Amino acid sequence: MTVRMAELCMAVTMTIFSVYLMYKSAELPIGWIEGEGPGGGFWPFWLAAVMLLSCGGILFNWVKRKTAVAASEETYIERGVMWDVGLVAGSLIITVALFHWIGVYGALPLFLLFYLKFMGRHGWPLSVGLAITIPVVTFLFFEIMLKITLPKGITEELFYPIYPLFF
Amino acid sequence: MMEIISLLAGGFAVAFEPLNLMLVIIGCTLGLFIGAMPGLGSVNGVAILLPLTFLVPPTGAIIFLAAIYYGAMYGGAISSIMLGIPGASTAVATTFDGRPLAKQGMADKALTAAAVASFVGGTISVLLFTFFAPPLAHVALVFGAPEEFALMLLAFATFVGLGGDDIWKTIFSICIGLVLSAVGLDIISGEPRLIFADITGFMHGINFLVLAIGIYGIGEMLWTVEENHKAGGRSMLSEATVTVKRTIANLRELLGAWKAMAMGSFLGYFVGILPAAGATPGSLMAYGIAKQISKEPDKFGEGAIDGVAAPEAANNAASTGSMLPMLTLGIPGSPTTAILLGGMVIWGLEPGPLLFTQHADFVWGLIASLYVANFFAVVINVAFIPVFIAVLKMPFTILAPIIFVLCLIGGYAPTKDLHDVWLMIIFGIVGYLMRKLDYPLAPAVLAIVLGPLAEPALRQSLLIGDGSFNIFFSRPYSASIMTAALVLMFLPVFKLIYDKMKKKPQAAEG
Repeated sequence: MTVRMAELCMAVTMTIFSVYLMYKSAELPIGWIEGEGPGGGFWPFWLAAVMLLSCGGILFNWVKRKTAVAASEETYIERGVMWDVGLVAGSLIITVALFHWIGVYGALPLFLLFYLKFMGRHGWPLSVGLAITIPVVTFLFFEIMLKITLPKGITEELFYPIYPLFF
Repeated sequence: MMEIISLLAGGFAVAFEPLNLMLVIIGCTLGLFIGAMPGLGSVNGVAILLPLTFLVPPTGAIIFLAAIYYGAMYGGAISSIMLGIPGASTAVATTFDGRPLAKQGMADKALTAAAVASFVGGTISVLLFTFFAPPLAHVALVFGAPEEFALMLLAFATFVGLGGDDIWKTIFSICIGLVLSAVGLDIISGEPRLIFADITGFMHGINFLVLAIGIYGIGEMLWTVEENHKAGGRSMLSEATVTVKRTIANLRELLGAWKAMAMGSFLGYFVGILPAAGATPGSLMAYGIAKQISKEPDKFGEGAIDGVAAPEAANNAASTGSMLPMLTLGIPGSPTTAILLGGMVIWGLEPGPLLFTQHADFVWGLIASLYVANFFAVVINVAFIPVFIAVLKMPFTILAPIIFVLCLIGGYAPTKDLHDVWLMIIFGIVGYLMRKLDYPLAPAVLAIVLGPLAEPALRQSLLIGDGSFNIFFSRPYSASIMTAALVLMFLPVFKLIYDKMKKKPQAAEG
């Protein structure tokens, strides 16, 4: 896909999104309410309308090839970059999905191991070492110092014996 | 005058409390490292680490973040000089002459120049800040809802007027940020609003950190993954030797650059005050002017010491400058201060003129800690130069997963809802794709912070004015700010007409 094509796709997507936002804002009154001033939908509705207007401007520039991206016939994302960025983004999505199931302390070591060993091609000792150390530091820092409990999913019960050690 | 000095003395007492002093030192060090990492700047550091500050009292928290901000300004120069990759956009101008110096084996000279210039810029700007802030806060005391809204419009107008060549994308970015900030409960009627697909997670609104970490954490890292791929996974380093004798010689040579440093400091400070302008344009302008006032403009680009000193003084001065409107008016001058402002709201401090009377401790503690941070940043910077060089050799594939882990947890911590982590990932990926198409994203982050302040200001103004927009033009302060905002907003249109008129005669000739 060329940059020019990507620019069109993004502009069209954002046009649809703007219209959706206007429709969604109109669920609340967008006009004047006596004694209360503008209704709750007033602010987002008109902002979404301006978004729609600017999408029109972006599309106009696209037709006229006025901006650098609208005229560029270069590849939007090269194959190699797509592979790298896609792997990273994909592994992040899987990690967050795993947060729901096996929790932060199940998912983070897997993510770190994947990134260090398979993306970074580091040795096993370093990869395993960091995959254990970082979640431990995270636990000590967030759960013990800041008292922010992180999602644990099915591993919740495994932590019951650990808490009394600190509190 | 005496009053300011006594308040400042009280501020120093706050800044020298052991906890705050420790936070300044840790903040400066962290900031230096974050600033030195290619791709990460003060915005990223402040956005990613803000959730960690809920542990300490608000004064300590802002001191910590301000120290990170300062440290990052020093640190940005390090990778600009050593790797030729700007550590942050604010340090782009530093590469022009810093990199050639490093290639000639004089990296230590460039690094020393950057550190000293940063110190000069920081000191001059903090002095200006100390004496400008109270009067400005005083004027702001008479501000009502219409003035507040006019000011916010001015902040957005500067983005449109000064922002890059694609005005439509800037406007789009501002509006989408404002709409995202409207998600949740309507502040006035209390009704649920913009609850997409009836997902309950939207009921508590979209925290600005979710967007900020999404864009500046996840999005920025994806961008760096791409850059790293293109660079073949290895960034080039340069050699530098550091000896006492060389350092003294370097410092002596720096004395000759005082003009560039002083000019950079004042220019940076005033550019920094302007909303939306900030440290990046400030440092680029300083570089340009330093070249024009220099006796040897030909040496610029080939390793002129003035070319390193001017932008470095300017970016530090601008970072202080951008805090002035944030504290006195509640209008952030840069994306980083927008995030600081969001943090202050979370800590229960309403930024604006009343802050100076109601939370004098906080304000003067912050100002005093800027002096302290400035001192420690220069000391730590010079002492750590060899360490930075070693850390920068650490492969990106080790740094990246650690930063990702911080982002994921940082997105979860403020609301303790995995829904927000999902949103953050979506914002990160969409932000990366948009950035590749030249959509400016800083306006969106500024907008999501200002949105919850701008909407009530507008609705209250309209209520006072009985539904008429005349209210904005019938009060002297708001009318003048409004006019300035409109002029700035239509600046690109005027320019377009002017360019067309200039072109026409030529076309007629052809």
